Amino acid sequence: MMRLSGFSILALAMLFLLGPFFIIAAAGLSAGDLLVFPPQGLSLRWFVAILDIERFRVSFLLSMELAIISTGLSLLMGVPAAYALARYDVPFREAMRTIITSPVIVPAIIAGLALLRYAVIPLGLPVISALILGHTALVAPYAVRVVSVSLTHLRVDVEEAAILLGATRSGAFFRIVLPNIKNGMMAAFILGFITSFNQVPVSLFLTGPGISTLPIDMLGAMEFVYDPSIAALSTLLALMTILIVLLAERLLGLSRYV
Amino acid sequence: MSESQFLDLRDITIAYGAQKAVENVSLSVAQGQLLALLGPSGCGKTTLMRAIAGLLPLTQGSMTLAGRDLTRVPANRREIGLVFQSYALFPHLSVFDNVAFGLKLRHLDKTEIEERSKVAIAMVGLTGFEHRLPRELSGGQQQRVALARSIVVRPRLLLLDEPLSNLDARLRLDMRSQLHRLHHDLGITMIYVTHDQAEALALADRIVVMRSGKIIQTGTPEDLYERPQTGFVARFMGFENVLRVTSSGLVSDEGSLPFATQSLQNIHALAWRPHHVQLGQGPFKGRILGASYQGDSIEYLLDTPAGHLKVQSPAASPRYQPAQEIAFDLPLTHAISLRED
Repeated sequence: MMRLSGFSILALAMLFLLGPFFIIAAAGLSAGDLLVFPPQGLSLRWFVAILDIERFRVSFLLSMELAIISTGLSLLMGVPAAYALARYDVPFREAMRTIITSPVIVPAIIAGLALLRYAVIPLGLPVISALILGHTALVAPYAVRVVSVSLTHLRVDVEEAAILLGATRSGAFFRIVLPNIKNGMMAAFILGFITSFNQVPVSLFLTGPGISTLPIDMLGAMEFVYDPSIAALSTLLALMTILIVLLAERLLGLSRYV
Repeated sequence: MSESQFLDLRDITIAYGAQKAVENVSLSVAQGQLLALLGPSGCGKTTLMRAIAGLLPLTQGSMTLAGRDLTRVPANRREIGLVFQSYALFPHLSVFDNVAFGLKLRHLDKTEIEERSKVAIAMVGLTGFEHRLPRELSGGQQQRVALARSIVVRPRLLLLDEPLSNLDARLRLDMRSQLHRLHHDLGITMIYVTHDQAEALALADRIVVMRSGKIIQTGTPEDLYERPQTGFVARFMGFENVLRVTSSGLVSDEGSLPFATQSLQNIHALAWRPHHVQLGQGPFKGRILGASYQGDSIEYLLDTPAGHLKVQSPAASPRYQPAQEIAFDLPLTHAISLRED
């Protein structure tokens, strides 16, 4: 009895989480001209059509660039931060950790508004720099947390051994620490990339005329496009994310770091 | 500089805040000597060793190695090797690359790196394992990689932190004799940190016993084994029955035994090894609490008016049963006299 009810709760949760995705995917596979569920006949025509739309190609590339640059930047800051938190007697360690991870806790829409109101407007930042800034801040907590996890697996005395063999502190970091947290950094990169790529609330405030990320563009298009193309595009993006996560799990054991 | 002061520590204190982990320690090690730092955990021996390696700053004091003041030399320039208790091998590097690591940092040419690494790997008996990763090796093999990695760079001084404590008993004996041979063959000056007096006795040229951050006694293994000076060292060296001398007799925390102590003036305490306590005859009465068979001997725990005593009798002698009342003697001829701790 317990088993059965446990199973049904699990099934309901899965339905709740995955149901919308299947509805969207089915709607995208429609052969008709309207976004409806159930779909009117089955075809891949909207999946093909979506690739021809110029504005989506442009915003797709921008989203890619943005995700790569902001995740890269967040790792550049996140790795040293995680290292310092793990190895040194940093004053206010817990406070620092909280501040670094706060973008995960603060609702993204508030972070976006705050960035716009108190950083982008007063400083007159160009749209692209504003986006990079916002996304980097958003992704940095993942970088710090994931890299921290892999650092805890590396004993301090391994670094000390390198130093006693003649390495400098930085030499020991690059020759010993970095190769051993490589997988953690890859995992952080993938998480950060997906987070940035699918980001809506922060981007909503920071995109400007003529420059838009793919999710924002899709949101805009939904207001006046009623054909299944958006559903097809959403399905493609979801599949891409799923594929990346599956690959990462397979190659890196992503779930160990999260 | 005389040879007896190859490594010279002067008046070293290491404090964490108000807590002194090592206090006013001075000691010197002769070139080629193997010195054991012996003491229970928390006595400061590992702290002292880490400070010698340069991994911890001195709060006070100075040290020289081969005439050179080390106090301000960073750890990576001290030419001191350290074999960690945890081995601390580089997890992502093969056995060969672990061993060659220090040589590569010295920018030696490739053939020399290869040559010397191979010799070191052969010396610890791991030829054929060059391409394994540390996680593919047993504890004993990892230990030997750590050793090879340290000696291949020819350190002036090699520190070993409880190197055998993570190995099982048989492997420990085996590694102990390998270490002995390596020390003999290479002539490297070594400091060996351990809490195991048997290891210290077997390996060391000289033993330094530490307790609560201070040196209690220094001497050759024979000195310490035959002539411990305090109750603490005596217990460490197998004199398990330590009784204080007072005018009313021999005293422990639990009680006292009447004993003619007039001839024992200025002696703080007396100690006997378990096999020197005589059972079956003598002026004192005790009761057997337990017996454990050791093969060639039997160990008894004896309840006496002065607390519990440990007694060891040859297995061939008459057996006594638990709860049996029995006479015993503490012969003065086998006692050693101790000063206050």
